[in-house]
Amino acid sequence: MFVSLNWLKNYVDIDNVSAEELAEKITKTGIEVEGIEYVAEQSSNVVVGYVKECEKHPNADKLNLCQVDVGEEELQIICGAPNIAHGQKVAVAKPGAVLPGNFKIKKAKLRGVESNGMICSLQELGIEEKYVPKEYADGIFVFPEDTEVGADALSLLNLDDAILELGLTPNRSDALSMLGVAYEVAAILDVPIRLPKEDVEQSREQASDHVSVKVDDPDLNPYYGAFVIKDIKVGPSPLWMRNYLIAAGIRPINNVVDITNYVLLEYGQPLHAFDYDKFGSKEIVVQRAKQGETMQTLDDQERKLSSDHLVITNGNEPTALAGVMGGANSEVSNDTKTVLLEAAYFNPAAVRTASKDFGLRSESSNRFEKGVDPNRVKRAGLRACQLLSEYANGTVLHGVVEFDELDKKEAEVAITTSKMNERLGTDISNDQIGDILRKLNFKYEQDGEQFSIQVPTRRQDISIFEDMVEEVARIYGYDHLPYTLPQGASQAGGLTELQQLKREVKHYFEGAGLMETITYSLTSKDRATLLVSPEVKESAVTSVELAMPMSEEHSTLRLSILPEMLASLSYNVARKQTNLAYYEVGTVFVSQEETVTKQPDEKLRVSGALTGEWLTHPWQQEKKEVDFFLVKGIVEGLFNKLNIVADYKHLKLEGMHPGRTAQILIGDVPVGFIGQVHPTLQNNFDLKDTYVFDLDLDYLFSIYENEPSFTKIPRYPSITRDIALVVDENLNAGDVETTIFKAGGPLVKEVQVFDVYQGEHLESGKKSLAFRLLYLDPERTLKDEEVEESYQAILTAVKDEHEAELRG
Amino acid sequence: MKERLQALQAEALTKVEEAATLSDLQDIRVAYLGKKGPITEVLRGMGKLSKEERPVIGELANKVRETIANELDAKKEKLEAAGLEKRLEKETLDVTLPGRPVQVGGPHLLTSIVEEIEDLFIGMGFEIKEGPEVETDYYNFEALNLPKGHPARDMQDSFYITEELLMRTHTSPVQARTMGEYKGNKPVKMICPGKVYRRDTDDATHSHQFTQVEGLYVDKNVRMSDLKGVLNRFAKQLFGEDREIRLRPSFFPFTEPSVEMDISCKVCNGEGCSVCKGTGWIEILGGGMVHPRVLEMAGYDPKVYNGFAFGMGPERIAMLKYGVDDIRHFYTNDVRFLQQYHKA
Ligand SMILES: [Zn+2]
Repeated sequence: MFVSLNWLKNYVDIDNVSAEELAEKITKTGIEVEGIEYVAEQSSNVVVGYVKECEKHPNADKLNLCQVDVGEEELQIICGAPNIAHGQKVAVAKPGAVLPGNFKIKKAKLRGVESNGMICSLQELGIEEKYVPKEYADGIFVFPEDTEVGADALSLLNLDDAILELGLTPNRSDALSMLGVAYEVAAILDVPIRLPKEDVEQSREQASDHVSVKVDDPDLNPYYGAFVIKDIKVGPSPLWMRNYLIAAGIRPINNVVDITNYVLLEYGQPLHAFDYDKFGSKEIVVQRAKQGETMQTLDDQERKLSSDHLVITNGNEPTALAGVMGGANSEVSNDTKTVLLEAAYFNPAAVRTASKDFGLRSESSNRFEKGVDPNRVKRAGLRACQLLSEYANGTVLHGVVEFDELDKKEAEVAITTSKMNERLGTDISNDQIGDILRKLNFKYEQDGEQFSIQVPTRRQDISIFEDMVEEVARIYGYDHLPYTLPQGASQAGGLTELQQLKREVKHYFEGAGLMETITYSLTSKDRATLLVSPEVKESAVTSVELAMPMSEEHSTLRLSILPEMLASLSYNVARKQTNLAYYEVGTVFVSQEETVTKQPDEKLRVSGALTGEWLTHPWQQEKKEVDFFLVKGIVEGLFNKLNIVADYKHLKLEGMHPGRTAQILIGDVPVGFIGQVHPTLQNNFDLKDTYVFDLDLDYLFSIYENEPSFTKIPRYPSITRDIALVVDENLNAGDVETTIFKAGGPLVKEVQVFDVYQGEHLESGKKSLAFRLLYLDPERTLKDEEVEESYQAILTAVKDEHEAELRG
Repeated sequence: MKERLQALQAEALTKVEEAATLSDLQDIRVAYLGKKGPITEVLRGMGKLSKEERPVIGELANKVRETIANELDAKKEKLEAAGLEKRLEKETLDVTLPGRPVQVGGPHLLTSIVEEIEDLFIGMGFEIKEGPEVETDYYNFEALNLPKGHPARDMQDSFYITEELLMRTHTSPVQARTMGEYKGNKPVKMICPGKVYRRDTDDATHSHQFTQVEGLYVDKNVRMSDLKGVLNRFAKQLFGEDREIRLRPSFFPFTEPSVEMDISCKVCNGEGCSVCKGTGWIEILGGGMVHPRVLEMAGYDPKVYNGFAFGMGPERIAMLKYGVDDIRHFYTNDVRFLQQYHKA
């Protein structure tokens, strides 16, 4: 809402505060002033001039040479506007004048002829093109004939105005009107309010002889008032009204339309003017549209209606979309003689449906949607009649033809001073509360500390005690509330064990050299099904999609963090950042339904992706590319930290390298995977070799035991034995390890691969695996014989199971 | 003989003095103290001496040996030290060459901010609660006094999945869920951080996914001045002791009265500048006293219990605190952005 302070001055006295002070006060009291615009702050020295003579420029076809009387002197000015003419009163920027954009006017010569100033268009004076009345859009502005020559043109055009831009919260629709703002300012400044004139002389002729009103559904339209105004002369509205409309962001059209817009802004009540002679009947029928019916609205669009839409009809066909837009067939034109004026209350939800369905958000629909003041509907109609009579030559017929089932009762709210203070933590007195209610123009009865308040209907947002708490507090001033701390029994705050664990996992990965990312949960349909870990895929029947996404890119809930993470890598690589190590902890969304009806399971996972070089030390020529075992080491580190033992087995997963991907199992439970992204997919993301991991954190946390039991530090020495085996090159070291543990017996405590070799001195198709075995009995010193026995058993077992030979 | 011994000592000490290497010293040791050396020779010739002279000369000879041996040891130590010095000299490095880089990871800036906020409120006795990102219409709106058709639903146009399911538009549903969990009979003191989603086109100031931290305190006799006190303490801890706060009336369907909290602008110290659009104040969060209908729907009797709630956006806080100029930076994961805040 744009509030012209010059306009506001008509209702409240604000001369003693500056625009800034007023803005600050309004903001602190409850309506945020988002900006102050000084229309033409820097302009000066523009006056009204009378064009005494206007002739063609001797040396230029498109220019005119004018003699302009500006009061104290006569100026010769060259003007290029097509609409300049002898006898006009125009805005003249005299030499020395300054126009918006710090444009200084100087004496000049144009094609050999002297020009002493400039005749201005509204745009040149700082008015936005879209608000300039159409007749002046391509030329200079012309003042009414009775304008005084030499007068200050800037003030006549209201360019000395300051305009406050109010950011209204949905509850404060009362401030969608100048009167509403006036009440607010009156309360803040504690000044009286002056209401506009609504009384108008009416003719003897009865409006009801010319029109009748019938409402089908009082819930949707509890009040409809029709006024008939004859003898209308359509023309420009008075300059002050045009100025105010422009200040409020509405382009002036003609007096009839301008008056309905003016009253809309003044009262917050939308009105509609029909051309009575084009209305098509003498009866107004408000009803739900017939399914499939069409009508042409003012903007010349053909609208297809349904029974959800409320329309004004002439008994046969729709003439307006209630509260949203009028029909083209009954539009007011320059020839209109009789106006049929509508002042109505339409159900907010009904108007919202229509404005949404047709994408028509207007000043009118906006106000109806929020609920207009029931006690101002008819008064707004009367106000418009008064203005039509004064500024459009109208003769107002007697009476308003109305349908009225509108509830105009004021809400009653009871408050007590002590409860108010209890809630606020304040020490406000009875008298202070009474004073605040008086400032707000709320009627009340007081009995000691008990107040019974009649809330004016303009304030639809107040109906319960808490609403009045806010009302009293904001006028009292939030600044005056004390600072206190809660008095309730204090409890120890803190993280739960799982929250703590989550933080520790993040710290682990960061310590391991990975950087945390936060990627979007909403991804494309294709990406949503990419690189989904087998155990997730198994439980997810479908990926969850938005009903109405804004773009395909963000249409589907992720089943894996990895695709968006790869996109992040790709983003960086495109910017020459090629060494990247990322991780993210976040949820994926698993639905077990074919058609989603319930909330999906949200599974906490940790994923990582690494690409490029890991260790680089340029001047020592050290360089290490990220590889499988680096990433595996990072994952193993996490398991060590969580005291969890995991197994790895080859995994074929779409999008992953078929030979370099492992599923991770804990016991029999699959908890994720690790490996290299398939080169084709890497290519799609413009990535070089990229390794990823993806783990089910929910499961890891569920088996994690917080208190590791104490293991005694062994007092007896351990014995190590190395064993090098020649095996088939396709054999997994992990399988050999399992055999060693099984055959070696309980004394084998650790088995560690310390060498893998393939090449010279070995038969082709073979590789050598070297293990270091650690024997230990915590209770006693080991004997050589028993170690030897175990060692031999291992040799036999690996030979039997893997055809492994001891390497010579 | 005595003279002979003294002459030998003087001669040997001069040679020790002159010795430049360890092998020189070894030669001297062999020459003077060895079995074929002159001192041994002197001792051997002692038989010719008188009974009285013998112990005197013997003692002297031993003393000479000892002196020479001591000097040899001292000199050896000295030469060894010098040798080490020399070797170390040779091992000198160019200390200005760069070190071996360590791979450094770190948290996302938003995580740092969220954890900082969490920890501040934990210090005031709050617990952390989390909830689903896909919410029911009931918890996201209705339980928060936003019935279907409520105009304020416009303020947060949402991503619906079905008519009843949507991406949560705020973390407030976690509050409603927690109150439900506590069954209307014990105080609630919680913070709920998390991801939220709104139908916004991504640009410098909008993101369809962003982060929120909300707080809720429900108890008997909670006052609006308590909200002011708690927010003041929070703001000073997060933004600095010299910041002032101010509350302004606002509107949220789930609170009444509602407030917006500003802090005094750090850039201009409240004088007014471009960062604060000339007002001297910067909006940080919204909040208010929990609406009685919200309490009622969650099973708390508003005649017995009341409370306050508040919510803030870590992105906005990060943008203010660190001057991040585009909200998209938080989600494109440019490594140069992520790295900047590891020291923060
Ligand atoms: Zn500032």
